[in-house]
Amino acid sequence: MSEPLLCELSVSGRQAIRFPEPDVPKAELPALLRDDLPLPELSEVDIVRHFTRLSKYNYCIDQGMYPLGSCTMKYNPKINEETARLPGFTATHPLQPIVTVQGNLLLMYALQEWLKEIGGFAGVALQPAAGAQGELTGILIMRAYHAARGDTKRRKILIPDSAHGTNPATSAMSGLEVVQLSSDPRGNVDLAALRAHADDTLAGLMLTNPNTLGLFDENVLEVVRIVHEAGGLVYGDGANLNALLGIVRPGDLGIDVMHFNLHKTFSTPHGGGGPGSGPVGVAAHLVDFLPEPLVGILEPGDDDTAPLYGFIKPAQSIGRVKSFQGQFGMLVRAYTYMRMQGAEGLRQVSEYAVLNANYLMAVLRKSYHLPYDRVCMHEFVLAGVWPEVPDVHALDIAKRMMDYSLHPPTNYFPLIVHEALMIEPTETESKQTLDAFIEIMQKIAEEAHTQPELLKTAPHITPVGRLDEVKAAKELVLCCGVDSPD
Amino acid sequence: MYIPHTDADREAMLHTIGISNLEALFQDVPASHRFPKLNLPPGLTEMETLAELRDFANANETTQDLACFLGAGAYNHYSPPLVDSIIRRGEFYTAYTPYQPEVSQGTLQAIFDYQSLIAALTGMEVSNASHYDGATAVAEAVSLAYANFRGKRNRIVLSPALHPQYRETLRTYNNGMPVEIVGDQAGVALQSGPEALEALIDGNTAVVIVQYPDFFGRVYDLTALAKKAHEVGALLAVSVNPMALGLLTPPGHFGADIVTGEGQPLGLPLSYGGPYLGIFATRLEYVRKMAGRLVGETVDNRGQRAYVLTLTAREQHIRREKATSNICTNQALMALAATVYMSFLGKHGLREVAELCYHKAHFAASSLAALPGYSLWSDAPFFNEFVLKCPTSVKHINEHLLDEGVLGGYDLEQDYPGLANHMLIAVTEMNSKEDIDLLVDVLEEVSNE
Repeated sequence: MSEPLLCELSVSGRQAIRFPEPDVPKAELPALLRDDLPLPELSEVDIVRHFTRLSKYNYCIDQGMYPLGSCTMKYNPKINEETARLPGFTATHPLQPIVTVQGNLLLMYALQEWLKEIGGFAGVALQPAAGAQGELTGILIMRAYHAARGDTKRRKILIPDSAHGTNPATSAMSGLEVVQLSSDPRGNVDLAALRAHADDTLAGLMLTNPNTLGLFDENVLEVVRIVHEAGGLVYGDGANLNALLGIVRPGDLGIDVMHFNLHKTFSTPHGGGGPGSGPVGVAAHLVDFLPEPLVGILEPGDDDTAPLYGFIKPAQSIGRVKSFQGQFGMLVRAYTYMRMQGAEGLRQVSEYAVLNANYLMAVLRKSYHLPYDRVCMHEFVLAGVWPEVPDVHALDIAKRMMDYSLHPPTNYFPLIVHEALMIEPTETESKQTLDAFIEIMQKIAEEAHTQPELLKTAPHITPVGRLDEVKAAKELVLCCGVDSPD
Repeated sequence: MYIPHTDADREAMLHTIGISNLEALFQDVPASHRFPKLNLPPGLTEMETLAELRDFANANETTQDLACFLGAGAYNHYSPPLVDSIIRRGEFYTAYTPYQPEVSQGTLQAIFDYQSLIAALTGMEVSNASHYDGATAVAEAVSLAYANFRGKRNRIVLSPALHPQYRETLRTYNNGMPVEIVGDQAGVALQSGPEALEALIDGNTAVVIVQYPDFFGRVYDLTALAKKAHEVGALLAVSVNPMALGLLTPPGHFGADIVTGEGQPLGLPLSYGGPYLGIFATRLEYVRKMAGRLVGETVDNRGQRAYVLTLTAREQHIRREKATSNICTNQALMALAATVYMSFLGKHGLREVAELCYHKAHFAASSLAALPGYSLWSDAPFFNEFVLKCPTSVKHINEHLLDEGVLGGYDLEQDYPGLANHMLIAVTEMNSKEDIDLLVDVLEEVSNE
């Protein structure tokens, strides 16, 4: 692989696009003119080929299965890309008068209502930009709730060791003190440890359920009861909601606040790292604290006239968490997906996501160690290590999978499983695809024992081999043409 | 939909697992709450769904139908078809975060290209891979500054001419921190420029935050402000409109320590407010305190140049509760769009568009200021946005404009009670002279009522 950088492709004097001459008299240019604009000079074909060649170096869902645990890499329907690009949506300005954007507002209102129904919540805010921002929003809501009650000594937030990685950073950003909770031998929250912390300094618990082991907490009602009795609130990390659509509503279990990941559960694409969308749902006692703006009905309609949709600000809102109304384009995609699924389709999504995971687990456990032997939900965790070949690690397995044109699962997470391989197939993979995946995983397990060097030196067929990450961090070359100061 | 299993597949899989039906997979879910009936509309076919979404979209009035003079943080620019054709490649938009670099070099190198172009545009040494938008990028600048002084400096000096929604976002983010925010309190004199902030900078100041061009469109030399901040060891953070940097001196040349911005003008559709792009650039000395992903150059075990996410020890998934931010998912695809846009326009094209915006805005401003009853609120230099003092309420004027097919400017009274009857008007390369003449005509009619 050797694709030049844009700055290296630049040829002085080249220009890809021209704009019309001004149709107004020219004004005198300002004093604060920049003397140099060091951007590249390229032709359109230079650019098309550069990015097309780069694109070939990527693995993507359109190419094959992407079994990253906790990432829910399901197929991204093409119709979503079509609807989100309808000019009636893309050519609307976020500050237009509400009477001119009733189509947008109706869509957002319906999406709020559906997410409330699916999650079992009394209110939903669509503004948060991604899961992590949804978490931050949720924790700020919890803090605001305690503060509004004058309950200011609640500074402690409990986070199980099987929770998502962003949870501790989110809590710390919100000024709370993080206490990690251990899991019991079956992968549930350790009730004794939870009880020991359930006191009047408890702000709440951040619960990922199903957790990052892919296990549904068998004591979830008891966990919620203990936290509530101590006066705390339960935050539900909705990143694993793909297991629960139409199966159980988190709000019904007593979860007080939860974020949704539209870019996981509701099929909006991951985009090579974003954009996501992280709406937040809350129980009735937290509705007043939601971020602004929410979409509401300002004037009810009747048989002849549609209602007037507009923005409302919750009474004790934590404020806004970003500019404007949220990642609107992602809301259109999620709406499109949910509109096609309906209630029945959504339940099937979770049923088949869980079926696929259990099928893989049932077969692969014969070749790999399964640390938690229970029915899993949408994902499960294997240990990528065999005592008889101690030099082979989960990382080597992951890299070897690339030689078979597969994307590896999440590895080294969750931290509570040594050499973790966390596998989430999602419902959009067929039995035939899963069988092919199984065959490769079995072959790699065999290679680990017979030809471990194949794994240690993998990948072999990718555009680049294993990278020198230490050099990257030590010498810090972070943009074109600028060498390290050292 | 999108579930490929046949009945035979399902039965074979259940058999392998050793259960007889799908319900058996959910025994851990409390029976009392299992399988709720969801009250949702029934699913539609793809054809019906597309028709419904078209109806929604058609219920809107858009900037394609209306002459748009609304800006205030989101701008109606020309987006070349090339931008969407690249980001619509499945290889880019259906990929995950490039945590496995051997199969993600496309995304990684594109981010490296992005970082390079943003550093060049802002005049800074390093850019991250993006934040959510212009508002959260400013909030993250505060977090960087606060962490830089290990929490020992608590004062944030904030320009009242920073976008009101950015100031609100920053306050939401900093609710958990013991910081003191000064400079933008109600009733503060808005006519004054950045020099008014200098008196607020003291030894307890972590960061001074201004916007360039500011929310009212004004453009000021920030050299003196940077010097004043640096005298007491404080940082200067500047929130920019990147389009303006096609023409104007970049903040890096004034001595800014952090440059943030809303990347939407770089080829992203208005799309009712998102997804947009949070720009974040800084100096190398602060790179380890900067939040967000970062791509660095290295070599692989075959000796080839290659790219990888680097300095990940700063980030939430490694540093956990010690991280300065929890950001994980960012705006990668929007950063790719901006990269394509910046490379397509390039050195000459970006300057051309910026100049078009500048000339058209100045023509509009002088035409409007010549109308009886109207005047420009400020005589400071501006880029493509300016404040027009009107003889009547902006709401009233905008209703007239809408009737004539014009999306009028932003009503500043919403955020600044002292600026009743003041309209913030944005002009871009998309506004023809006819659009501007129409705006002028309607405003003249309104004043003659």
